[in-house]
Amino acid sequence: MRISEEQVRYVAALANLALSAEEILRFQAELDGILAHMDKLNEIDTSGVEPMAQVLFEAEESATLRDDVAVPPLGNAAATANAPQAGGGYFKVAKVIER
Amino acid sequence: MHIPSLTIDGVRQSLLAREYSAVELTREALRFAEAENPRTGAYLHFSPERAMASARIVDERIARGADPGALAGVPMAVKDVIITKGVRTTCGSRLLEHYVPPYDATAIARLEEAGGVILGKTNCDEFAMGSSNENSAFGPVRNPVAPDRVPGGSSGGSAAAVAQGTAVLALGSDTGGSIRQPASFCGVVGVCPTYGRVSRYGLTAFASSLDHIGPFARSVADAATLLGVIAGRDPCDATSAAAPVPDYRAAIDGQVKGLKLGLPREYLKDLASETGTVIERGVQKFREQGCEVKEISLPSTDYAIASYYVIATAEASTNLARYDGVRYTIRSVNSGTLADMYRNTRGEGFGAECKRRIMLGTYVLSHGYYDAYYLKAQKVRAMIARDFAHAFEHVDAILAPVSPFPAFKLGEKVDDPMSMYLSDIYTITGSLAGIPCMSVPCGTTAEGLPVGMQILTRHFGEPMLFRLSGALEQQLR
Repeated sequence: MRISEEQVRYVAALANLALSAEEILRFQAELDGILAHMDKLNEIDTSGVEPMAQVLFEAEESATLRDDVAVPPLGNAAATANAPQAGGGYFKVAKVIER
Repeated sequence: MHIPSLTIDGVRQSLLAREYSAVELTREALRFAEAENPRTGAYLHFSPERAMASARIVDERIARGADPGALAGVPMAVKDVIITKGVRTTCGSRLLEHYVPPYDATAIARLEEAGGVILGKTNCDEFAMGSSNENSAFGPVRNPVAPDRVPGGSSGGSAAAVAQGTAVLALGSDTGGSIRQPASFCGVVGVCPTYGRVSRYGLTAFASSLDHIGPFARSVADAATLLGVIAGRDPCDATSAAAPVPDYRAAIDGQVKGLKLGLPREYLKDLASETGTVIERGVQKFREQGCEVKEISLPSTDYAIASYYVIATAEASTNLARYDGVRYTIRSVNSGTLADMYRNTRGEGFGAECKRRIMLGTYVLSHGYYDAYYLKAQKVRAMIARDFAHAFEHVDAILAPVSPFPAFKLGEKVDDPMSMYLSDIYTITGSLAGIPCMSVPCGTTAEGLPVGMQILTRHFGEPMLFRLSGALEQQLR
């Protein structure tokens, strides 16, 4: 196994994802199969190749910049309208001081 | 008016000849779509008020003799990952079941400004993650050509609506094939434009360096018109391209004689199937038209799946972090602390495929694995992009399959995520390179299942795509 049950729990914690015991076992097996395929990446020589993080084209340096003009924002009421709990223009959550 | 056979030009002529008004057309199109939708489940919900409001604007423009717009009165569908102000946008997820966006995507604003009429929002795999539309929290979509089969994914609902005739045009999104593959499976035209050609503002983010919005249509000309409307620089998306938008319709001129077309040997070697036979017949049509077809090589192809699924899941795990129970409608009720609320909301809300990709993406970005997987995958991505750049020194466009097989049966592949990922091989390479690609109907199998041919070309070479696909469409008519 490329990935242990403990690692699955660790990754789930990093991802803020509550998983059932059954899901942990299933993802362990599935991720193992997928990572076995990903290991194919080790077969190819990439020395001297720059990583490609974004599709880039020939363009002026300023091509991605917009004019520095303020535009009206959404406003708090619209921005919080989909929140499960909101009030006074803020998102409401449980107290964070007591963990 | 026969709704399933409408075209952009036909609607325009009828409106200008006062055969019917946009309001009358919209009412009839909504009635037809709502009546026919249960056969496929292509639409998740309809937006009649918004559609009627758009139609009234078109009628008002016509009444005062103004240009009603390039898409005047045309009934359209929009994949439910593209946000629509005041109209529910679920992304096929329980987490966003009740989400009503506060603004419009730029593509939506542009197509409505051009007179397009949005009838409703279409089903898709949850957060656009899937190749069969079976990952939607609201049930699968049936392929209108063969109801026991999938429409493809993730934009399955948009492809199905256009194929079924309940929309003339649709918008989809394509990250690794999510427009091209369902277009192929349903027998319609689907275009994944150059990365940055269409603004992503208001497209719910899956993998930001790979996401595209693009058109579905029943003809190449209609797809070209829709792309022309939605393409162009948008100050709200810094990755949108400033390059001028040419007249895509004008490129459909039948002038393909002498064009050089490449067949990648890495794609065709495994294609000893019916799909391969149909593609070969399409290639022959180009030869008969005087195109020079030659074999080319894209040597890094074997590594594309691994590169794509590392990069796409890494970006997805980051983008989906925002669904934490704070801002977007659903919050787990069984949680004492904030941290538990995050974990439980996400654990209860995401479906299996989203969880799988969040886990994989988090893993490949985590300490100790970043260099081995994520950085390595980005280097391989650069090599794949370089393969295409080299190929386009010798050919004007590349012809390829879209999928190794035609539409498969519902449930057939749902238990094997890796085999589902592997079936994306022909579409993800173009996505990684950010080049424009499309699927155009190329024929059917003996069983009558549609097979699309993929055409790929250089960055901003969309006119070449439309020139070639238009010629193929003409030859197969």
